[in-house]
Amino acid sequence: MLSKRIIPCLDVRDGRTTKGVKFQNNVDIGDPVDMARYYYEEGADELVFYDITASSEGRGIMLEVVRRVAREIFIPFSVGGGLNTLDDMRAVLLAGAEKVSVNSGAVKNPDIIRQGAEAFGNQCVVLGMDALHVGVSAAIPSGYEVVIHGGRRQMGVDALEWAQRAESLGAGEICLNSIDADGTCSGYELNLTRLISTNVGIPVIASGGAGKPEHLADVLQDAQADAALIASMVHFGGYKVKALKEHLHAAGIKVRMTW
Amino acid sequence: MIAIVDYRAGNLASVAVAVDKLGYESKITSDPTEIARAERIIFPGVGAAGSAMANLHELGLCDALRDAVAAGKPFLGICLGFQVLFQHSDEDGGVDCLGVLPGNVIRFADEMREGDALGVLKVPQMGWNSARFLREHPVWADVPEGAEFYFVHSFHPVPAATDVACVTSYGVEFASGVARDRLVAFQFHPEKSGRPGLKLLDNFCRWNP
Repeated sequence: MLSKRIIPCLDVRDGRTTKGVKFQNNVDIGDPVDMARYYYEEGADELVFYDITASSEGRGIMLEVVRRVAREIFIPFSVGGGLNTLDDMRAVLLAGAEKVSVNSGAVKNPDIIRQGAEAFGNQCVVLGMDALHVGVSAAIPSGYEVVIHGGRRQMGVDALEWAQRAESLGAGEICLNSIDADGTCSGYELNLTRLISTNVGIPVIASGGAGKPEHLADVLQDAQADAALIASMVHFGGYKVKALKEHLHAAGIKVRMTW
Repeated sequence: MIAIVDYRAGNLASVAVAVDKLGYESKITSDPTEIARAERIIFPGVGAAGSAMANLHELGLCDALRDAVAAGKPFLGICLGFQVLFQHSDEDGGVDCLGVLPGNVIRFADEMREGDALGVLKVPQMGWNSARFLREHPVWADVPEGAEFYFVHSFHPVPAATDVACVTSYGVEFASGVARDRLVAFQFHPEKSGRPGLKLLDNFCRWNP
């Protein structure tokens, strides 16, 4: 039986791990390679790196980080942030990542999903999407709208329709972030997660809102997510990945306990 | 020297990095001569069977791989490099494969369920699952029982012979590994399966049957 995955997410800026709240007030929290090794040893099932470097010079730094991470951890990891072309994707994959994550770039140019899937395989292409609760309307029948730029720009696109379209274009997985829950540490957006996860045929990673072990159990069990993304709760030392997995295991959720 | 076969099927860097980290020399190659010279072969790959077989034909690698197996070189197939060892795959509308192992490759069924989980199983299977080894073998010696490995696949082989090494359950119990003579092959990715995967890879690299 397949295990549910616990996936720490590292935001990287200019080669350093950083953590901001609502994409602002970023503080340096360490070397991404050291942190990757730590989470690998702690039993993380996968890692996500999100490059929030603004400058093009920073891209080279990120590729070097990816190369160093690939030599230290032997679990899958994905890299996202500013990947808008096949060449951007290829560079990250050649540096050693298993998967690339596309987000804003794919909303503006959905064909990049198809191109990436054809070039590198569906399993390589993760659609990262940010969704905002806006209420049901004719334009947004699911009540959740796709947003970009950290939630600052609404795109007039329904989140469920976008998820299904991305799947048909060849995305192998969806990393679904709730803008409403992000940074609150008060739990994942269960309705949103359940809505997307039960209406696509590809795995869904829930993101945004994790603050307590119970939150992970809720989203993995009740909301039927295939994986849970975590950040603050482990970065700041409050929780350890191993302890989170022990909690889930005790709650009857299948997670990987031997590593 | 270990030859890591390059047939343009996905990223081979992670296999090479893992082998290097374990302290073995390897070379990524699509040259049949180098494969013939190599001491052992790793045949990895992700992607689809149709383009994989097209590339293998175009690169002249089909016979090189069959010869390497026939010559009794230690041979490790991984993921797509496991599937295309069989006779036929249903992927891409049906494609004839290398025929090194008897059996065919089929897709997971739609609407599979497992245990008391609420929803239907997603295809691809993506993530960690256990492999139950059916017998002892030097390549998985000291891999802890119950260890999980990383899988990413929508198709799985149905071997015709009784050389199944391990089975995995995902809606259906399928053969996730085969061992026959000096060939071992797995559906999961040992290079991405943490310590148990590295142990298996290390065992293969030092295996002298």
